[in-house]
Amino acid sequence: MAEKIKNSQVFLNPFSKDNPVIVQVLGICSVLAVTAKLAPAMVMGISVIAVLAFSNVIISLLRNTIPTNIRIIVQLVVVAGLVVIVSQLLKAYAYAVSVQLSVFIGLIITNCILMGRLEAFALGNKPWPAFLDGVGNGIGYAVILVIVAFFRELLGSGTLLGYQVVPDSFYEAGYVNNGMMILPPMALIVVACIIWAHRAINKDLQEN
Amino acid sequence: MKGLKKQLERIRPHFQPGGKLSALHSVYDGMETFLFTPNETAAEKGAHIRDANDSKRTMIIVVMALMPCFLFGMYNTAYQHWLAAGASEFPFWTMMLYGFLAVLPRVIVSYLVGLGIEFVVAQWRKEEIQEGFLVTGILIPMICPIETPLWMIAVATAFAVIFVKEVFGGTGYNILNVALVTRAFLFFAYPKQMSGDNVFVATDPVCGIGGAAADGFTGATPLGEIATATSSEQVGRITADWWNAFIGLIPGSFGETSTLCVLIGAAILLFSGMASWKIMLSALIGGLSMGAVAHAFPSATFPASYMSAFDQLIYGGFAFAIVFMATDPVTAARTETGKWIYGFLVGAMAIVIRVYNSGYPEGAMLAVLLMNVFAPLIDYCVVQSNVKRRLNRVKTSARS
Repeated sequence: MAEKIKNSQVFLNPFSKDNPVIVQVLGICSVLAVTAKLAPAMVMGISVIAVLAFSNVIISLLRNTIPTNIRIIVQLVVVAGLVVIVSQLLKAYAYAVSVQLSVFIGLIITNCILMGRLEAFALGNKPWPAFLDGVGNGIGYAVILVIVAFFRELLGSGTLLGYQVVPDSFYEAGYVNNGMMILPPMALIVVACIIWAHRAINKDLQEN
Repeated sequence: MKGLKKQLERIRPHFQPGGKLSALHSVYDGMETFLFTPNETAAEKGAHIRDANDSKRTMIIVVMALMPCFLFGMYNTAYQHWLAAGASEFPFWTMMLYGFLAVLPRVIVSYLVGLGIEFVVAQWRKEEIQEGFLVTGILIPMICPIETPLWMIAVATAFAVIFVKEVFGGTGYNILNVALVTRAFLFFAYPKQMSGDNVFVATDPVCGIGGAAADGFTGATPLGEIATATSSEQVGRITADWWNAFIGLIPGSFGETSTLCVLIGAAILLFSGMASWKIMLSALIGGLSMGAVAHAFPSATFPASYMSAFDQLIYGGFAFAIVFMATDPVTAARTETGKWIYGFLVGAMAIVIRVYNSGYPEGAMLAVLLMNVFAPLIDYCVVQSNVKRRLNRVKTSARS
């Protein structure tokens, strides 16, 4: 076991210098898929925070009883159970958004961030730090999702959360929404821009 | 000229390291080499081949090769506009002036944005300003419809220069053809403004020259009309006028309508040795053979398959793309065998996309971009097979 890290660091590191999306480059598929609009991106972010936090806690509680050779299966069962609960809750209370998110809620199971955190952290730590780690990484993921979705919805549809932000006078002057922003390639480029800015600020992350 | 030279010499100390304007060193350097021939065309150390040619002269020759297309584009823009306005007389010089004034803002915007970014980046990296944008800057207005709004050209140029060229290391390191990425960005970001019937013909007077288009006028390109045609007779009627298409008097993007002018440009490029004849020839073969295959199995689902292989070559941007885009030495395959494969696939893919994908009436742009992506892979395979062949030769000679 590596040296003990403080709980505050466990919680705060994933926000910036150990961010799951822009530093570890995990969970990219869902960043591309659900960020065309801001609302689904926020719901997706919250869902991942919830699933990640609770699966981390459950695995951490079970960590001394799980036989090593079947741990992946146990992790999958736990995550799958939580994902089904989230999916059912969304269908019950936010049906429109759940239709927009379609398979991507189900695909949280395959999100690399989850398995990564369970393997790397929850299996070796107590429930409380594991919970903080789950929430921290979930927020780190959600923040990137929201930033990407903000730019894609603003430039691609001229709206934010469905409300028109770009004034009509712009459109009358000849402004046109950028259709490419709706397409997945631009999500990749927006993520790249965020990584660019992030590395420019945090010089110690730059590779030689 | 001498006075200018003196002036430059006088202000030089300010731009040297330590001078008060040293931050603008690369701008000074760029202006000096732009105005006067530099004494050195090859690096003093490390270069083994010394040639009077440098990237600036290469660029200037390509720009010269583009000039016939550009001048013809000016004429054709006005010609299409005069037709749209229902004119019966075609005053040559007034029309040239109209075309010039119509395209001038686009050229200025493309150069301002592109060179502006190059200057800033060069300053930032403390490098010299590269000449790479000279050709790109003139290509961009030539491959865009004349009615493209200026701000869209600005946004697309900035996108292409930053994300295709500068982030990969600047001139010579771009992974895709910058001008084509600009065009592709416009096409995917603003589909309504970049395709359809109303963007390829200038419909408004410029600076008081020209008239307004007649009501109900539509200016679809021949390929656009063919894509929506329903019978081989209809396609036949459109392609019956192939001589005009060869000369270039058809609606289309500014500089690419005239196959004749592209051929003149190709002759300049080949004569001066700037472009690879292998790529051009193999792309021609690729286009012809794929066109022949498509024409051998005509179907009403894909109306462009009614076009003969020859017509495929002279309509749309095919000729322009294989002469000026596919031969870009930075993004094309570098190995000699690779050039044959690369060129053939560019030509064949262009026709495949044009005929079998109804969403894209013209496939040359996408074909070149696709093959730009595959060029390094083609080179890799060619080099590996060469290594293997020579290893075998060594082994057999060692055995005997």
